Amino acid sequence: MYLPYSNKEKGGESCLFAYCMKRAGMLIPVLIGMTLVVFSIIRFIPGNPAQVILGQRATKEAVEQLTIQLGLNQPWYVQYGHYMLGLLKGDLGTSIRTGAAIAQEMKPYLFATLELTFFAMVLAIVVGVNAGIISAWFKHSFFDYAAMFIALIGVSMPIFWLGLMGQWLFSIELGVLPTTGREDVRNPVESITYIHTLDTLLQGRFDQFADSIKHLILPSTALATIPAAIIARITRASMLEVLHSDFIRTAKAKGVRSFFIIYQHGLKNALIPILTIIGLQTGLLLGGAILTETIFAWPGIGRYIYDAISYRDYPVIQTGILVVALIFVLINFIVDILYAVIDPRIKY
Amino acid sequence: MKKTWLFSSFIFVLALALFLGGCSSSPTSEEKATKDTLVFGRGGDSTSLDPITTTEGETFKVTENIFEKLLNYGEKDTTIHPGLATEWDVAKDGKSYTFYLRKGVKFHDGTDFNAEAVKFNFERWMNGDAEKFPYYGMFGGYKKDKGHVIKDIIVKGEHEIEFQIKRPQATFLKNIAMSPFGIASPAAVEKSGDSFRENPVGTGPFKFKEWKQNDRIVLEKNEDYWQKDKPKLNQIIFRSIPENSARLNALKTGEIDLMDGVNPSDLDGIKTNKALQLIERPSMNVGYIGLTVTRKPLDNKLVRQALNYAVDKESIIESFYGGLAEPAKNPLPPALEGYNDDIEPYPYDPEKAKELLKEAGFPDGFRIKLWAMPVPRPYMPDGMKVAEVIQSNFEKVGVKAEIVTYDWATYLDKASKGEADVFLLGWTGDNGDPDNFIYTLLDKDSIGGNNYTFFQNDKMHDILIEAQTDTDQKKRNELYKKAQEIIHDEAPWIPLVHSIPMLAASNDLKGYQPHPTGSEALADVYFE
Repeated sequence: MYLPYSNKEKGGESCLFAYCMKRAGMLIPVLIGMTLVVFSIIRFIPGNPAQVILGQRATKEAVEQLTIQLGLNQPWYVQYGHYMLGLLKGDLGTSIRTGAAIAQEMKPYLFATLELTFFAMVLAIVVGVNAGIISAWFKHSFFDYAAMFIALIGVSMPIFWLGLMGQWLFSIELGVLPTTGREDVRNPVESITYIHTLDTLLQGRFDQFADSIKHLILPSTALATIPAAIIARITRASMLEVLHSDFIRTAKAKGVRSFFIIYQHGLKNALIPILTIIGLQTGLLLGGAILTETIFAWPGIGRYIYDAISYRDYPVIQTGILVVALIFVLINFIVDILYAVIDPRIKY
Repeated sequence: MKKTWLFSSFIFVLALALFLGGCSSSPTSEEKATKDTLVFGRGGDSTSLDPITTTEGETFKVTENIFEKLLNYGEKDTTIHPGLATEWDVAKDGKSYTFYLRKGVKFHDGTDFNAEAVKFNFERWMNGDAEKFPYYGMFGGYKKDKGHVIKDIIVKGEHEIEFQIKRPQATFLKNIAMSPFGIASPAAVEKSGDSFRENPVGTGPFKFKEWKQNDRIVLEKNEDYWQKDKPKLNQIIFRSIPENSARLNALKTGEIDLMDGVNPSDLDGIKTNKALQLIERPSMNVGYIGLTVTRKPLDNKLVRQALNYAVDKESIIESFYGGLAEPAKNPLPPALEGYNDDIEPYPYDPEKAKELLKEAGFPDGFRIKLWAMPVPRPYMPDGMKVAEVIQSNFEKVGVKAEIVTYDWATYLDKASKGEADVFLLGWTGDNGDPDNFIYTLLDKDSIGGNNYTFFQNDKMHDILIEAQTDTDQKKRNELYKKAQEIIHDEAPWIPLVHSIPMLAASNDLKGYQPHPTGSEALADVYFE
């Protein structure tokens, strides 16, 4: 039986390491480019950014002071130099709105979003991949058409509407789930890591753990809809291709059970495009979580940036975008590494 | 297994929810046992809990409960009442105010509230600047500024303090009652330094407990509060839920007990829901159409009056404010002292408007630019749509208006230079004094500032300056009434609306009285 990745190349490990290093090296120009773009956001505001930030009632002195505070009176390359030096030292700037250090302030938001995104992605992957597989296995069946039709609706369904409908159905009508937030504020979770499911388990508070999960269900389901639908469609397409391969036919002929054909032989070979889309979707979720976080009052990084935008808090907007972009880049880096792990034929 | 993914996820959600519901204690039974916690759902988080450091209303909603001011506003208006000062004397020439402070009051950190503490706070503020303590500018600027009105603060005893004033400032007492001027514990300010904004210590009915940014602020009962039977609640939690519909959903499920920012479209649903009640907040804002009097043909009074007759305010209110606004006839909101209720508003009368235009020499009307506000505000929820109605109103009297808009900063910048013909704008009051509306928005001194119409009237200017320096409130009220007559006749504005912010609460919530300034202490609130 021919299985494409059963014959591991010699020296595969060191080859993988070299690949990782090469791929990591490629990150550097991307990261520099990112900081340049983020840095220029504030400089592209027409007129005096300090005036725009302070708004209608600002006095002249306040505008001048903020201009100096933001370093806007210096040439751009000096400003950029300061900005980069600050970043390297871990100084992400100071929020105009609250006057607090952004690096400190952002932590709880970031972990709240990571928790939500993690659960949403797990949900999206479990549902999406399996729906795609079933559709491919029972190609052109009723289930296939129905699943793909619903996936199409899933892609086009506005999160806003889905979120409010979820609240209406599960919270108001059925009364089984809370509408908004991360926890019961009358019985709050004590934060250690800012990841509530973990914190409650660490403290042995299983009632609160259940409550945290309950609070996660609606927002993560709403957030998972679009990625689940996309993953389902990609999985189906990729699986269809693989299931037509000779080695699957051989496996079938040998009498291997369907379950093993699908999950061991089929899925493994179909995984590359699925992995790509999962990586991209995870990145997108971090940014796309703004809407979900707003509807479900989830105190995450999306809302942190959203609020910063409405308060014209440019340092926070800059840093927020930078952090989200950074995570996006990192996830794609990990996905690239996974390619090579899954399929040793991949070399760059 | 073979079901489609959406259906299976539905089942999954339901099953998980039921399972988790079974293994955790029911929140509703808990809630009933401890209904002494108020959860207040609102759109945004506070930016700081040191009220002097901001101008933003979401902060004051919280700090009104932590801090107290020397004076308070009335329950539903902006008249002056005792606060941390039980009595006060005003010198005849208006150049000195002596406050007699309440005895036996302690800050939450156990230190005493006294005259030294008051002096400490004012000195801290006056030594700052517009960036640090923006609202302190209400006292004419900061210590280093020429216009600053406070000359000296003299501690005359443990509970007696005198403010010496350079020149009379009639709004002095009203300013003192503003939320930003809550008296903080000097010991705590010195101890916390810059982080006082997240560790507030005052004398108020509630003590600060916890702030999870963008999520919630928790206050707990001040057991040593000087009013023995207050506060009635044990705990207040201010939760930020940005989406209005989601906030209402949370109210319906009992996750929150009180919410602000009700959508006009949700009003009927709340009215018919027996578990909920609607609460009106008295208005302290004005939305208006500015007519730049330096631009032709708006320099003609008859034209301005004609346009006043041309606008159908009622239909605008019905369409875009959900009926939650009252038509304006003055620049002042009715909740303010000095509001002139005797003024007859210009009725909606296109025929009369045409007549006036003919008299002004424009029988066929004219062309004009109408500026639509690009951002929503309580007094102007949708500038573009309101502008469209006004455009069609104008069309009926022969005035062809072209709607234009700019980004907000450019809009204000251009308008303040007198580049707009007809523009939409509004104002929310700071200290509840007529001066803060009429002088700020329509006096010749404010041209280049907030007087975007460039209206100037010397007679009115004299009245306003007199009202600024006379400390007899009754006389001031009369003066402002006169000023409103002049404004009505000269018609530099088409006063449009005073919008009424709505709140919704669970039915068992009692004793809540929303204040027109937008912030109030919740010491009297309880559950039945």
